[in-house]
Amino acid sequence: MATIRIPPVLRPSVGGEREVSADGSTVGEVLRALASAHPETGSQLFGADGDLNRYVNVYLNDEDVRVLEGLETPVGGSDSVVILPAMAGGG
Amino acid sequence: MSSVSGSEFLRRVKDEIAEVDPSEVAQVLGEGVPVIDVRESDEVELGKLPGAVHVPRGYLESRIDGVVPDRSQRIILYCASGNRSALAARTLVQDLGFEHVESMTGGMTLWKDRGYEVEVPRTLTADQRQRYSRHLLLPEVGPDGQQKLLDAKVLLLGAGGLGSPTALYLAAAGVGKLGIVDDDVVDVTNLQRQVIHTTSRVGVPKVDSAEITIKDLNPDVQVVKYQARLDSSNIMEIIEGWDIIVDGVDNFPTRYLLNDATVRLGIPVVSAAILGFEGQLSVFKPHDGPCYRCLFRQPPPAELAPSCGANGVLGVLPGTMGLLQATEVVKLILDVGDPLIGRLLMYDALSATFTELKVRRDPECPICSRDPHDIDDSEMGVFPDYEAFCAAAG
Repeated sequence: MATIRIPPVLRPSVGGEREVSADGSTVGEVLRALASAHPETGSQLFGADGDLNRYVNVYLNDEDVRVLEGLETPVGGSDSVVILPAMAGGG
Repeated sequence: MSSVSGSEFLRRVKDEIAEVDPSEVAQVLGEGVPVIDVRESDEVELGKLPGAVHVPRGYLESRIDGVVPDRSQRIILYCASGNRSALAARTLVQDLGFEHVESMTGGMTLWKDRGYEVEVPRTLTADQRQRYSRHLLLPEVGPDGQQKLLDAKVLLLGAGGLGSPTALYLAAAGVGKLGIVDDDVVDVTNLQRQVIHTTSRVGVPKVDSAEITIKDLNPDVQVVKYQARLDSSNIMEIIEGWDIIVDGVDNFPTRYLLNDATVRLGIPVVSAAILGFEGQLSVFKPHDGPCYRCLFRQPPPAELAPSCGANGVLGVLPGTMGLLQATEVVKLILDVGDPLIGRLLMYDALSATFTELKVRRDPECPICSRDPHDIDDSEMGVFPDYEAFCAAAG
């Protein structure tokens, strides 16, 4: 099971958790497993076409999946998937 | 040993060494021939030949190898009138084996009489040497680095949560010119985190309040105030000419606008954002690394982009992130260390963890993949669904 790091804006959709685990052998499978366990995250992560929304950045460990194989990027059990939304707060 | 007068000795020395006329020195200046000023520090402070290296005659033997390691290199020496440099030339040739040393006839006095250019070296005042003594002790800063800080011009976007600590520490560090853009006035709800302001200044424009604190902390710092909200009509005018911009603005449209304008002008941006207990930090140096648009192609919809005003922020968090910004600014000014270019640092205060992510340049970036001159005013700050975004964000 890979670990998914949940950003603050998505935490209300996963019961306040900061990290959740999800099954899957690719980044896409892991994120879809997250969306099926926590349906509210689905529309925030994926567009109607099934692709990641353009405003969602996803990293496998420290690398942007866009420079890997996108949603097809293989994921191992010890990997961490990071969902990174842009933030604009200046305090 | 027969006795000889000082003047006779000097005459004999000058017969032994090669001399060069100031007119010839003026021609070779800046062309790679080391020109060494052998006078004392207090003389050099009043002016020296442009580009000349200062090695006092008393330190000549011990320091010359660091300045000119090659014994066959041509060297020109000068002093005030040509006597000390003649003695120094004799030492370099006879005792140290340099092959091509010349002493400038008439020294600095004749150089000035002939009307050639004089460079007055910039030195720290006695007060500055005291104030910045802990910087001067660091080899990575030292007098030259402190001078760079004093010469630096840093523009802060916002004197709020991030801008407050950044401004305080950059001012303390002696950054010579700090610009502050903020159209707001101090509110009591700001004081939980915006530490440059005070209870007694509630209601005062933030730029004025910040200036009072900065001037009190370090009178060396010149503060330039822009009591305005950055928008497409004023951004190019406000940001042009600044060395580094510190971004702590509270909304996406301005962040994209800032990105596009700074890519056009080639100004690095030290960017941070905070929310709740978490912060993000990166340095966007146009064309050396990715830009903000390479990282975030599009802002999230308003419901996924809450502001601190709506969602709250831990008071100390902007302190942490603002000081990381200030640190990156100082590193860029001093050109030391590895700046956070092409990397995004995420800080989670609750778990006390930092996570670093790689940020790549997007070869198809709508802004930084292009020639900056081709970017039009009308394209700046625009992103897909911009109008819908701004309407939703109110």
